[in-house]
Amino acid sequence: MEGRGTFAPAPGAAPALRRVAVQAAMELRLQLRNGEQLLLTLAIPTLILVFFSLAPVLGVRDRVAFLLPGVIGLAVMSTAFTGQAIATGFDRRYGVLKRLGATPLGRSGLILGKTTAMLGVEAIQVVVLALVALGLGWRLHGSVAAALLLVLLGTAAFSGLGLLLAGLLRAEATLAAANLVYLVLLVVGGVVFPVSDLPAAVQGPAGLLPITALTDGLRAALGEGGLPTRDLAELAAWAVLGAGLASVTFRWE
Amino acid sequence: MAGTALEVTGLVKRYGARTAVDGISLAAELGTVTAILGPNGAGKTTLVETCEGFRRQDKGRVRVLGLDPRREGRRLRPLIGVMLQQGGIYPAARPREMLRLVAAYYANPLDPEALLRRLGLLEVAGVPCRRLSGGQRQRLALALAIVGRPAMVFLDEPTTGLDPQARQATWELISELRRDGVTVVLTTHYMEEAERLADQVVIIDRGRVVARGTPAELTDAGERRRLEFRARPGLDLAGLLAALPPGHVAREVSPGRYTVEGEIGPEVVAGVATWCAARGILPGELRVESRSLEDVFLELTGRELRP
Ligand SMILES: Nc1ncnc2c1ncn2[C@@H]1O[C@H](COP(=O)(O)OP(=O)(O)O)[C@@H](O)[C@H]1O
Ligand SMILES: [Mg+2]
Repeated sequence: MEGRGTFAPAPGAAPALRRVAVQAAMELRLQLRNGEQLLLTLAIPTLILVFFSLAPVLGVRDRVAFLLPGVIGLAVMSTAFTGQAIATGFDRRYGVLKRLGATPLGRSGLILGKTTAMLGVEAIQVVVLALVALGLGWRLHGSVAAALLLVLLGTAAFSGLGLLLAGLLRAEATLAAANLVYLVLLVVGGVVFPVSDLPAAVQGPAGLLPITALTDGLRAALGEGGLPTRDLAELAAWAVLGAGLASVTFRWE
Repeated sequence: MAGTALEVTGLVKRYGARTAVDGISLAAELGTVTAILGPNGAGKTTLVETCEGFRRQDKGRVRVLGLDPRREGRRLRPLIGVMLQQGGIYPAARPREMLRLVAAYYANPLDPEALLRRLGLLEVAGVPCRRLSGGQRQRLALALAIVGRPAMVFLDEPTTGLDPQARQATWELISELRRDGVTVVLTTHYMEEAERLADQVVIIDRGRVVARGTPAELTDAGERRRLEFRARPGLDLAGLLAALPPGHVAREVSPGRYTVEGEIGPEVVAGVATWCAARGILPGELRVESRSLEDVFLELTGRELRP
């Protein structure tokens, strides 16, 4: 790089699509490189699916058909809520949100890139879980379109809530809280055990959680088919609430 | 290269009851290097980050390349390069991919490989950034600031914590940026850095400009000079002064290190040497210094630049 003019100014932004695409690719690589993250997003849902399909501990007739919607819901929550909240907390701590927001990528480009990467991870999760389920004897029923719509609305709801959490707490506290919420919702959200098996006092509140709406909705969509409108409406309400609150509490630095 | 790159007028920034920037005005011409010099807490970062659009001033006007950094940030961002005082790098990313990522945001970026080589980062280009040393991270942040071929760069303490070689390399790079027509605004608390690099030095303390000018203007004190030497501790300074022409001040700044300040002409050097010789003392490291920016700062504020 010797010689005159190496650094001669030639400023300008790359096209927006390219900026967001490289950002999404980077975020996707970083997520797939993060071991703890992969444990939450892929290993745990897959292990739950395999273990509870093979072990006859659940009182349901078609165990794989019951479990697959549950673990897809869990997978969406782990990526859009837990992973998103933790990554956002640490990106802020390390000045990444601030720094990249000040490039031509901008804050909106950064959010778009992160969202695209999140959908990429979810696509990988759903494909892996569906392949494992097929191996366990599951066959596709119902409405794939309705299931996709539920996953998208669930993603919107969970990522709003994840950003809300990251906006309220420090990075370490976000990590702890996001994992705790993951664990609690895993138990009470109809992922493995039907909500109707929970103690009566818990059933009411559990029924209102976004994870329950997502797992119930997916069970309906991949069972008898059709649009589970009640679950979709609940997820939409959570999405509006989460995004609205997150936009107030969010901090870039 | 004519025209104004940066214009700051009457800038005030408060954090609650604390006023971090208290009415600063400054201007920088295109293609020049401006060093903002001041101790920790002087308001350097606040000033620079207001210019970068991160912070909103309470009063005053800021124009960077003719644009308002807050209201015209979208147009400004592609034109400037930013090096934060710290942070801005994904800990799990590798220097090469981090630099390629940021390069891809721009229309005509520098070649990331060449930049890595230039900054001595090639050997660690594939190592996660969390494992880089502070100095390596600092150099990567500098590379990220310039990879988009900006017209103007803001560097917040670009050499703090660097070892002497890395600091030298950074200075050379900044000189080249200037040579190639990039406008540079940097903050520092090393007076040597400001003296070496800057066309204009703005000294700030407690949120105010206390002096400004070229390094020569600030340090040129006419006849005022300083003589330094080493000898055994506890010399009789009153006796020494009696042997010199009137109007000098002698101090033992630390045990065995002496300074004589005032108009240091040849007769003063001779006077010190003769006085020492008469007592069998060899004045070691005897030298005559012009005033440094550090002295200027001390005089203006009564405080050390680096406490
Ligand atoms: N975000 C902030 N909130 C509150 N006080 C701040 C903030 N940033 C800086 N300050 C205060 O403002 C003053 C100037 O800080 P800063 O601009 O960082 O100075 P410098 O960069 O010269 O060290 C300091 O007293 C610092 O404590
Ligand atoms: Mg600072």
